[in-house]
Amino acid sequence: MSSPEAGSGQQVRAALANLNAEARPPEPPRPRLFEKRKTVHNRRIDGPFRRFKWTVMVITLAIYYGTPWIRWDRGPYAPDQAVLIDLANRRFYMFGIEIWPHEFYFVAGLLIMAGIGLFLVTSAVGRAWCGYACPQTVWTDLFQHIDRFVDGDRNARMRLDAAPWTLNKVARRAVKWTIYLVISFWTGGAWIMYFADAPTLTVDFWTGQAAPIAYATVAILTLTTFTLGGFMREQVCIYMCPWPRIQSAMMDEKSLTVTYKDWRGEPRGSVKKAQKEPGKFGDCIDCLQCVAVCPTGIDIREGPQIGCITCALCIDACDRVMAEVGRPRGLIDYVTLEDARREASGEPARPAWKALLRPRTIAYFSVWGGIGLAMLFALGARSHTDISVAPDRNPPFMLMSDGSVRNAYTVKLRNMQSRPRPMRVTIEGLDGATMWSDQMSRDNAARALTFTVPADSTAPLRLYIVAPPATPAQDFAFRVTSLDEQRETDIGETRFSAPGDPQ
Amino acid sequence: MASSDPRPGAGRRIDEPTGTETVGHEWDGIEELDTPMPRWWLWTFYLTIVWGLVYVVLYPAWPLVTQATEGVLGWSSRGQLADEMARESERKAPILAALAQVPIERLPEDSERMRAAIAGGRAAFKVNCVQCHGAGAAGGPGYPNLNDDDWLWGGDLKAIEYTLLKGIRQPGVDDTRQSLMPAFDGFLSAEQIGQVADHVLSLSGKARPNPAGAQVFADNCALCHGPQGGGDRTLGAPNLADAIWLYGGTREQVVQQIRAPRHGVMPAWEHRLDPVTIKMLAAYVHSLGGGENFVEVAADPAVAVDEQP
Repeated sequence: MSSPEAGSGQQVRAALANLNAEARPPEPPRPRLFEKRKTVHNRRIDGPFRRFKWTVMVITLAIYYGTPWIRWDRGPYAPDQAVLIDLANRRFYMFGIEIWPHEFYFVAGLLIMAGIGLFLVTSAVGRAWCGYACPQTVWTDLFQHIDRFVDGDRNARMRLDAAPWTLNKVARRAVKWTIYLVISFWTGGAWIMYFADAPTLTVDFWTGQAAPIAYATVAILTLTTFTLGGFMREQVCIYMCPWPRIQSAMMDEKSLTVTYKDWRGEPRGSVKKAQKEPGKFGDCIDCLQCVAVCPTGIDIREGPQIGCITCALCIDACDRVMAEVGRPRGLIDYVTLEDARREASGEPARPAWKALLRPRTIAYFSVWGGIGLAMLFALGARSHTDISVAPDRNPPFMLMSDGSVRNAYTVKLRNMQSRPRPMRVTIEGLDGATMWSDQMSRDNAARALTFTVPADSTAPLRLYIVAPPATPAQDFAFRVTSLDEQRETDIGETRFSAPGDPQ
Repeated sequence: MASSDPRPGAGRRIDEPTGTETVGHEWDGIEELDTPMPRWWLWTFYLTIVWGLVYVVLYPAWPLVTQATEGVLGWSSRGQLADEMARESERKAPILAALAQVPIERLPEDSERMRAAIAGGRAAFKVNCVQCHGAGAAGGPGYPNLNDDDWLWGGDLKAIEYTLLKGIRQPGVDDTRQSLMPAFDGFLSAEQIGQVADHVLSLSGKARPNPAGAQVFADNCALCHGPQGGGDRTLGAPNLADAIWLYGGTREQVVQQIRAPRHGVMPAWEHRLDPVTIKMLAAYVHSLGGGENFVEVAADPAVAVDEQP
């Protein structure tokens, strides 16, 4: 387990040793109910994985903070924000894509892709999500850089932690926590920009005109970022987060994970000892660099564990040390459990990328890519014109004074283009029937009516259909055709009720 | 076996791989580690207590004999409802004021206003009218269907509003819609009643023409129902030549109605509902599909209408 328990374990062990020394233990040791967190002060390290982590951090933070400010021209009838979740108007805009509530299955598809993507990534590279891309990891990393910037590297921070509360320490803490707070506030502030026009909302926010929910959201996210990123950090991963548990269930012996090659490293011995007694010690010189750089404060040499987010900073640290003492790199490395067994039994190491190519990951990738392609196709091929018809049920039909029969329908014409469009509604079937709407006189009843549907909206119509006397009950349909160059069309099937209709 | 030892804490040992003490129980070889809780967990627990205390002070919490403690904020679910209702009526106030200003003849000129009136009328109809006319306004035997184009007293907005205001056959209401069909039982012989019933049914093609009946009709019925049976709206005399029968269209039902007519009544809503609601109800009923245009407005758009009622 990770270090907090290990610390208490040692103390209890010492206490037990004392007790065993006596003939009969008078009382068992008083159990400690609560454990104070041991702050992790990770040392600065440079190396390929650290640089990769930097890159991912810059990209993800840039996406998070910057996306709401990208503009995207959609004409005069739609917002010009590239990514916008318009809850008030029930629209989701993402660059050229506009999602309506009835198309929520696209979002469901994205969630399924995210789920299968998790299977894919985990089966191939283990907890890479935890190590590089998880917001908790990215913000913890950011805040740890702030720590280093304000207080210095690991040793300086440990000294300062232990130091009494002098004026210097108070000032440093004030500066650090202020920076935390500014970042947290900015994080909370960026979130709400996804839900409204960013420049307008920024002005509204600072002039006190934004909605109360905007201030509440910013306050809550500022608080959670400040607490979770500034103080809780690795404890979120170890105690709170379900992903580590789920991911450990999804990994198998063929998944890459950060592994200490104990068959090569043990027994540990310093360089001096190894010089004295060649052949007795393994490659690990017990320099504890892997522990010092770990952002969750674990010792990877204890083996795979829940606290390891596989960020591979210990690989960077160990490779650096191995280079200094002139031993081959990779004492700690991305290795699958299977390859570890194989290597331990003396076979040559297999390159890590070969672990990616195996039926399981290829199958996941095919399913994942297939869903993605299907969704892209569905997005491209979807119609922007839609009709839905609901016949009145009470009364189902209406006898008119001349003996003809009238039915009433609530018809909705949907225009998903960002411009008003004229649409023609026609009756298909039901010979001799004519229709009119509640906005017009029956004198203008016809078999085809034209309506202009406003941009990006659904026009509800109330249509009355009257059929000559003695028309039997029957199925028929409304067809809508957009009167523009696209000529999109949709059909809404329904039923005409008449006296004596068994239905 | 450790579990057989009843003393608390007996059997505790250090678990080798984790270095953590066990709780001392053992079931079939399964033991439990006594890992200390993280300290922040404790703080979270204290925070929930503080939250609870603050909540109790701010919001209704402790049940007393007749009501709960009120809370400093003075919030109550009933008060919240009252607030929402007040906000809603505040939102509707300008619409209702505009509807109060406009005479009903001018209502259709503004489609936005008309739509608001129809929506308001739909709500009022559900409260006041469905008891007789039905939820879909389709009526029933003796209760007119308001969806069709057959109107006893007139189907334009103004006529509907008048019917709503004054009611039908309401004793004690001046200018109520009033008419009375005499009972012909005894006045006409049974044979004559049968003949005239045949004639009435023949007007809409439901029976063969009956010359004797036509004579009886011309003598007794045409005064109100018109020589062709087309009815008279000023008297509320139904059109007998159409397909719609308020009290049923079989021969027995027609005979029954001639012998002992039933007369529908409707309350006068003038003093029960405010004028705007009545206006909205008229708009709603008019919108159900059978509403008629006003002849006078269509003929002369500049008709003098009192803008200040």
